[in-house]
Amino acid sequence: MLSLTSERRTPWHAIAAGPKMLVLLAATLGAFWIEGVGPILGFAATVAALYMPGGLVFARAGARMLAPVVPFVVVILAWHWWTGALAQGVVIVLRMVALIALANLVTMTTRLQDMLDRVDAALALLRLPQAWRRRLALAVALVIRFTPVLVQKGAALSQSWRARSRRRPGWRLVLPFALVAIDDAERVAEALRARSGEL
Amino acid sequence: MERNITLIALFAALIAALGLVPKFDLAGGVPITAQSLGVMLAGTILGARRGALAVLLFLFLVALGLPLLAGGRGGLGVFQGPTAGFIVGFPLAALVTGWASRAWAGRGATGVLGTALAALLGGVVVLYVFGIAGFALVTDRSFGAAAAIMWVFVPGDVIKAVLAGFITQGVLRARPDLARG
Repeated sequence: MLSLTSERRTPWHAIAAGPKMLVLLAATLGAFWIEGVGPILGFAATVAALYMPGGLVFARAGARMLAPVVPFVVVILAWHWWTGALAQGVVIVLRMVALIALANLVTMTTRLQDMLDRVDAALALLRLPQAWRRRLALAVALVIRFTPVLVQKGAALSQSWRARSRRRPGWRLVLPFALVAIDDAERVAEALRARSGEL
Repeated sequence: MERNITLIALFAALIAALGLVPKFDLAGGVPITAQSLGVMLAGTILGARRGALAVLLFLFLVALGLPLLAGGRGGLGVFQGPTAGFIVGFPLAALVTGWASRAWAGRGATGVLGTALAALLGGVVVLYVFGIAGFALVTDRSFGAAAAIMWVFVPGDVIKAVLAGFITQGVLRARPDLARG
């Protein structure tokens, strides 16, 4: 399944999506008020500690999700070292990494269905028409179903290119790739029209 | 209605797939991810409203925790990171691109140029305003200092805007029905 939710159970899995999102929101707003290396280090350590109940494998998976931020951490620290404000750079980096890690923790411990249920409840609360909610649910299901299909079709296009050319597949493949998606959309629309009532 | 929903959903899936397939090589062998090209194409091919909705749907699923961003990233964490501004700017980039491409393109040979300019306005100018502002906010620096760092990514995105012009005209020639609705 296409998801970042961790299979490894933690106590956080048992908590509903809503409260976790509220805590994340509060932490995000609160973190910008924290000043000084000591307090922000405490905040980052607290977030790291939240990963511990999941065990080492879980913590390592969380660390892997932070990998894309590393180049930015290096650039920010180098910049602040160069301008003689390293302490400020450390605060910025720790706040950024801790908030990303906290958000990732919510993602890793919340099932997709629970997130969707929360969204549906929020939309109901906003009194959005039932039809809109049904369309959103259908669109979400279509994306989840068709992303792996399109990745597969993209890989097939790539392979046929390689079978015919010694050069690596280039941007020219994007055109047939877009056509594949558009034609699939037309076919699915026709199937929906044939099988279902009003959307 | 069914057609609009499936086009929006399948384009969201296409944007995701473009970030997940192996990187394409540009002329000169520079590898790029095609995801931001997908955002431009959403606007130029589907138009402003459907294009922006496709991008919003894509981001909605990223926020819910699907690893659909280039490199398999996803979840709420990406909205906290240094590139959050770009991600938040994606829907508006598609909206502006779509609006401008319908206004400027579609007149014979000027189609490619008009579409490329529209992609440049939405997918580079508008997107970078958000991207730089986001980077400045997260890393606590001035807009100018953030812009100085982000500048290196502009040439790649300008090339993508030009490619969007060619690809869109090819798609609209093959499927002329798309321009309506």
